[in-house]
Amino acid sequence: MSLLELRAVDKIFGGLHAVRGVSFAVEKGAIFGLIGPNGAGKTTLFNVITGVYTPEHGQILFQGKNIAGLKPALIAERGVARTFQNIRIFRTMTVVENVMVAGHHLHKASIPAAMLRTRGYERDEQALRKRAHELLEVLGLAELADEVAGSLPYGSQRRLEIARGLMLSPQLLLLDEPAAGMNSQEARTLNDQIRFLRDQLGLTVILVEHNMAVVMNVCETIHVVDHGETIAQGTPAEIKVHPKVLAAYLGEEPAETEASA
Amino acid sequence: MRALIRVVIATAVLLVIYGLQFGVEAGFTQYVQRIILLAGINVILAVGLNLINGTTGQFSIGHAGFMAVGAYAAAFIGVQLAGPVHGTLGPGPLADAIIFNLALLAGALFAGISGLIVGMPSLRLRGDYLAVVTLGFGEIIRILFNNATFLGSATGYFGDSPSGLPEYTNFFWVFAWVTVIVLLIHNLTFSQTGRSLTAIREDEIAAEAMATPSTRLKVTAFAISAASAGIAGGLFAHMQSGVRPEDFRFEKSIDMIVMIIVGGLGSISGAILGGIFVAVSLELMRDLQQYRLVLYALLLIVIMIVRPQGLLGTRELHHLLRRKKAEKPPAPSEST
Repeated sequence: MSLLELRAVDKIFGGLHAVRGVSFAVEKGAIFGLIGPNGAGKTTLFNVITGVYTPEHGQILFQGKNIAGLKPALIAERGVARTFQNIRIFRTMTVVENVMVAGHHLHKASIPAAMLRTRGYERDEQALRKRAHELLEVLGLAELADEVAGSLPYGSQRRLEIARGLMLSPQLLLLDEPAAGMNSQEARTLNDQIRFLRDQLGLTVILVEHNMAVVMNVCETIHVVDHGETIAQGTPAEIKVHPKVLAAYLGEEPAETEASA
Repeated sequence: MRALIRVVIATAVLLVIYGLQFGVEAGFTQYVQRIILLAGINVILAVGLNLINGTTGQFSIGHAGFMAVGAYAAAFIGVQLAGPVHGTLGPGPLADAIIFNLALLAGALFAGISGLIVGMPSLRLRGDYLAVVTLGFGEIIRILFNNATFLGSATGYFGDSPSGLPEYTNFFWVFAWVTVIVLLIHNLTFSQTGRSLTAIREDEIAAEAMATPSTRLKVTAFAISAASAGIAGGLFAHMQSGVRPEDFRFEKSIDMIVMIIVGGLGSISGAILGGIFVAVSLELMRDLQQYRLVLYALLLIVIMIVRPQGLLGTRELHHLLRRKKAEKPPAPSEST
């Protein structure tokens, strides 16, 4: 059984068919790339998987159960974490607090317990803070733990989003353009960090990314969409030379490309 | 051990408040004492409202409605309780204290339930719906009380006795409740729940993607906020020996918003300062009558221009003091 499987998913906004019959399966432990030109529907797919949008048709199976149409908080609770293309950190909160927000499952104490500061509450609070610091360590943000999140440089904010997502103890991590705004040095570190997440933490990663150096380097399988439809899937080597992919990115007519090839 | 220490501290705080009461009653005129009590009630209102408007970022502009529900419920239930409690315990300060506090808790309960009823539909949506709904709620509640004959309609509710409601509210009870509510809301704000509420304010979509049950938390915070307004209402009712619908006009809700904006939305210490500020400034502007609303509007505009984050922003006084201390080089004599 695949960890995540999309079956003929459709998402329609009024007259715009943003996602049309997309199907793919992501195996446990994979690093899966989702690419396509601007406006191809990649982020919409992420929003459909995480419950921000409800698909019009099709199924989204996570660990064999259909999660299409569930509320985002419930999907997150089941183990799907994500980052956002336009960074959505909690800007006025500190870095460590940002991470702690995602730790509900570690914090069982009720609201009255929090108000009365019971022993159980303080124990949970300490466990949560410790775990948050560990995750910041993994992403190389440990020294910034008490900084206000909004004051961090761009690349650090992106890594903070990953740390925050990890706090959910997810099975699946969706990264929406994690390398955007990073310099080449930061992007290389990101490659290592993504591999670390898979190898050491056992995560499955789906990556939307425009930085081809990152995608081709780190992904094992790549799924290409254009105008909401699947146009190709394969290994990086296959995708690099796939005529439809080249056409979609370079803007040539597929027929001409095939004819001249 | 931990529980014992807490009991000792709580007793000590209550004793201090009790001692202060004698000082206040001996040292100030009735007029000044009344302003002090109003300031305490305002602090409860402001700290409660700040939880939803400041920390959670959901704007309620009809909180006078919840104060009204709490005031009427506490007054009415206090009157109903007086007979049986005095019957079993006999008249005396103990019986009065029991009646008064049960009445206040009933006020909090009724206000909290109205908060749930108002919040559940309107907080499912993102955006400014809460403001619209609470504005309507505040007016509806006032008109309901205006027409409720068993609660005295427009004349107001004064209980059964000719002298009106018993004036239970004094310095001790007001500031005991101020202490309890500020402490509980402070603890809530600086907890995992408080972090989640702030996260909802900062970015609700991201908060939900991090498994935050945003609707449930918003409704809970709103109900807690309404319940504390209910306590304030109960204290208010038993301060002036009666409740009148016109005590809870829209201006009252605006007063509350001024309190939290002056102090800084999202700051508990700011709300405390704002509550005191409004109590004092209302008295200073008493002769201006309705023109005070113009002054408040001007004040809000000036704050928006000069210091949009309010006096303290989202910061807390004790955090600022701690930072000052940390920045200071270690003093040679650390004996204190």
